[in-house]
Amino acid sequence: MAKYITRRVIYMFITFFLIATATFFLMKALPGSPISSASKLSPSQLAIVEAKYGLDEPVPVQYGKYMLNLAKGDLGNSFQFKNASVTELIVKRLGPSFILGSQGLILGVTIGIMLGMIAALRQNTIWDYGSTLIAIVGISIPSFVFATFLQYWLGVKWGILPVALWKDGWLSSVMPSIALAMGPLATASRFIRTEMVEVLSSDYITLAKSKGASGFEVAFKHAFRNALIPLVTVLGPLAAGLLTGSLVIEQIFAIPGIGEQFVKSIMSNDYSIIMGTTLFFSAFLIVVIFVVDILYGIIDPRIRLSGGNN
Amino acid sequence: MSQDIQKIPADSFERVHIDSSQAERITKPSLSFWQDAWLRIRKNKAAIVSMFILLFIIIMSFVGPMISPHDAETQTLTHANLPPKVPGLEKLGIMDGYGTLAGKEVDLYELKKVDTYYWFGTDGLGRDMFSRVWKGTQVSLFIAFAAALIDMVIGVAYGGISGYYGGRVDDIMQRIVEILIGIPTLVIVILMILFMEPGVTAIIIAITITGWIGMSRVVRAQVLKYKNQEFVLASRTLGASNGRIISKHILPNILGIIIINTMFTIPGAIFFEAFLSFIGLGLQPPAASLGTLINDGNKVLQFQPHILLYPSLILSLLMIAFNLLGDGLRDALDPKMKD
Repeated sequence: MAKYITRRVIYMFITFFLIATATFFLMKALPGSPISSASKLSPSQLAIVEAKYGLDEPVPVQYGKYMLNLAKGDLGNSFQFKNASVTELIVKRLGPSFILGSQGLILGVTIGIMLGMIAALRQNTIWDYGSTLIAIVGISIPSFVFATFLQYWLGVKWGILPVALWKDGWLSSVMPSIALAMGPLATASRFIRTEMVEVLSSDYITLAKSKGASGFEVAFKHAFRNALIPLVTVLGPLAAGLLTGSLVIEQIFAIPGIGEQFVKSIMSNDYSIIMGTTLFFSAFLIVVIFVVDILYGIIDPRIRLSGGNN
Repeated sequence: MSQDIQKIPADSFERVHIDSSQAERITKPSLSFWQDAWLRIRKNKAAIVSMFILLFIIIMSFVGPMISPHDAETQTLTHANLPPKVPGLEKLGIMDGYGTLAGKEVDLYELKKVDTYYWFGTDGLGRDMFSRVWKGTQVSLFIAFAAALIDMVIGVAYGGISGYYGGRVDDIMQRIVEILIGIPTLVIVILMILFMEPGVTAIIIAITITGWIGMSRVVRAQVLKYKNQEFVLASRTLGASNGRIISKHILPNILGIIIINTMFTIPGAIFFEAFLSFIGLGLQPPAASLGTLINDGNKVLQFQPHILLYPSLILSLLMIAFNLLGDGLRDALDPKMKD
């Protein structure tokens, strides 16, 4: 296990280093620069501005400085927001994104688990088909299409929930969370159904039944607990999906989160925020996948045993 | 009863002879792998319906812009923001050209003195949405198919080489994959799009740059499984070259899995294209794809919901149909992988 973790950590750093390097050079190669539109500046003024942001130094020196700062957790300063530190900007916008992401994930996974269980326990009935249909629709319909229709019906037509913005406290987070929950819901329900069906046909379930355990007991005490463990493995892809979703969902609902900031910075060529957010997203996903893999090894004794033998 | 039986004359029975030479005869016609798969997929109603929906959408994406009386690009500003109006259906009270103006339901066609029909309505610049939606579908489908094809070619080649040659080659190639797989797709796609000129090519490259990894892993695992099997060993003993073993023995066996994987790449690519266009990194106007159309529609959702409705309807239908067909193909081509 220790060997495995060490190996994974090394890979994590290599991957992150590559992403950081690629991000840096891609940004350098981008057409246009953050100060190019300010043509009112005289060449000498331009030079002063460039010197201030370190843009006058040769690229390798910029790269070295950038990497050193990165190691210290300093992502540089924004060009757009009067020298605000990118790290601070990200931290400031973390709140709404975190609330939406976790609410969406919890809501989606909980309902998904229930749907999946119903489908598995009532196999090939109308319940099963209904829950499969919801899962397929949830996987197929992009969250931004779903979100816009939610916004139109719940917000504009019926006026139940605030249409957009982050002003009405918790109520503002309801619609975006529902929109984000569709993906996890679909994935979790399909996954749980498959696992439950497999577990329900195993020998120990037959044994439990033959010993007189009630249907409820078999379903929850024996089958469900074993079906739940592998769900941990899809948490990584789910987190990636939530991140992708949050970019558009925050945009649609005008939520002051990281995703919205990212899309805005792309439009305004704010290199340092694009770089910073990209690195933040990458680090987040890399760490989530790493934690999920380790966690899975810890909570599922079967994996731990086979790992120990190797 | 027993007496009745005894009354039947003995010669009305005939002794059955068991011909041992016929015991091994196969009475049912032998089916090839593809015939067998076709039999299985025919029973899957969802997959068949999806196939027809897909066929319809693909055909319409070419025929649609032609049969519409209006061009996709012509801007007729006097005809801007018209709701859908279809001959025939208008008498039923749906798609009759009525829309809300200042809180009242009015016939906007009469109001603006328009005497033609716009089947899906028009957008803010007076362009025919029917032509635009199908043109956009065409672009989205092209991007998706191209991306899936490139993913398949690279993935099969990479995974095949890695799995078949094994040893040091495999080691190096797998280490590279292990690093690449850690890079979040979203991040790399956005970076590549920023770097390249926006357009169809840029989107295809961005989607394929990490898209092939999944395919390469599946193919590698399959090649590893087959290359050590007896029939391959037999063929090798008989002096077959590597090329022959790969093309005659290994590829036909993993073709099913390659097809299944490709089928699931297509909706993924459709989604990513729409996603990129939605956040403004996709096609630039006047080019339209389903994603850009949805983005445009989203801005005027409150007043002109029809502009958003049709492209998102077709996008959703495409995604559902591809997913269901992919499920059906998986069950048909590889019954072991079912769920």
